[in-house]
Amino acid sequence: MYSVRLWSVRHARGLAGFYQWFEGLLCRMHPLFKRIGYERLERPVAAVERNVKGLLFDCRMCGSCVLSSTGLSCPMNCPKQLRNGPCGGVRANGNCEVKPEMRCVWVEAWRGAERIPGGLAAIQQLQPPVDRRIEGSSAWLRVVREKSEAAK
Amino acid sequence: MRFEDEPVPGYPLPILPGHTSPGRLERVLRAGAFALTAELAPPDSADPEEVYRRARVFDGYVDAINATDGSGANCHMSSLAVCALLTRVGYAPVMQISCRDKNRIAIQGDILGGAAMGVCNVLCLTGDGVQAGDHPQAKPVFDLDSTSLLGIARGLRDDHHFESGRKISYAPRVLLGAAENPNVSPVEHRALRLAKKIAAGAQFVQTQYCYDIPLLRRFMTSVEDAGLLDKVFILIGVGPLRTAKAGEWMRTHVPGIHIPDAVIERLKGAKDQTREGLKLCVDLIQEIRTIKGVSGAHVMAYRQEESVAEVIQQSGVLAGRVPWYPGRDQQTEADRKSS
Repeated sequence: MYSVRLWSVRHARGLAGFYQWFEGLLCRMHPLFKRIGYERLERPVAAVERNVKGLLFDCRMCGSCVLSSTGLSCPMNCPKQLRNGPCGGVRANGNCEVKPEMRCVWVEAWRGAERIPGGLAAIQQLQPPVDRRIEGSSAWLRVVREKSEAAK
Repeated sequence: MRFEDEPVPGYPLPILPGHTSPGRLERVLRAGAFALTAELAPPDSADPEEVYRRARVFDGYVDAINATDGSGANCHMSSLAVCALLTRVGYAPVMQISCRDKNRIAIQGDILGGAAMGVCNVLCLTGDGVQAGDHPQAKPVFDLDSTSLLGIARGLRDDHHFESGRKISYAPRVLLGAAENPNVSPVEHRALRLAKKIAAGAQFVQTQYCYDIPLLRRFMTSVEDAGLLDKVFILIGVGPLRTAKAGEWMRTHVPGIHIPDAVIERLKGAKDQTREGLKLCVDLIQEIRTIKGVSGAHVMAYRQEESVAEVIQQSGVLAGRVPWYPGRDQQTEADRKSS
């Protein structure tokens, strides 16, 4: 929801801190996830992720979540799906060129990033284009799996 | 500026040490001359002569010609095709690529194809939304964004592979460009965004129209503060306004255009508004030339292309230099013989 999305950016610090803790928790559950099988967990976890992140961020389930690098403003809500910064068409009031009633997601992103420790460094990271094969899949599980397997 | 190693039109210049492309634009920029580029409006036609006619109006005044890629989300002859026609006779085009209409498979193919036909400069753009143009019912693609496109183009050139990792056998030797708009929100972060584009591979920048000089100066200061001045060539976008009314329309209807009230007032107060618009453009070019870190001007004179030569002539920024055009050197030879 649009108003909740703006709220989330205003509360980026707390939400980002919570996610850090949550990701740590999931990483500790990696052995369990492995025993159950990540493939089997995919559907239920993706459903939860879709609902939670859908409510908080208007998440589009791109599968390659970069919220922590975009001040918790989801770049997939940009009509051009820009993942590396705003376009040159942002309106004088900071709203979107394509959807005049919506705040530019990148104007919001910088606001959110300023609130998150390390957020301004993270926003400067180059983001590769989306891997369209994993659209709709759980980014939580993918990150936990990659981090846990890399840690070994 | 005349290059000793000037090739037969349609053939590339040798690539000098430290250069990435065999292009004239890179040579002019690296030589430190004030570079001039202009935008060619592609025809709504399949007639090649229309492209040449539109290019000829810039003869002797610009170092490169931008071939727009469905600018304003309007349908025209493709930028790749315009470039192919232009390179055939030796012009130096800047091939604009927008992410709006093509996915990464098509775009990478166009970069290889463009380079094969002699394109030496590629401008990587996101593109206007389809709602802005004549086909609002079209599907917007946006598989890539301008920054990731820069990264992919650099991968093709420097690492010799597609985004997929698959190798290519001969790399496109192109100078990579990006756009920037110093005028629009978030103004305070525009230099950071430019830093990101430079990190992704941008070597030159062509900006949106800059009618607000104080704002432009602030932007250039922030670019300098970010340590970017020696990493990129910046060409500032300028253009004549036909009338005060046209300026008013542009700033309210075209995304990303900022024209200060003072500019509109200046036109309103003039007897001949079109003349005043040209004079304003001359003033802008002369003023931006004095700003530290500016490497040139990019003239976008939509539907006033025939006035570009006059504007550049009056601005005096070429300082006696005659940029190459088909037949330039024959002309020189003829002049020499007659004198």
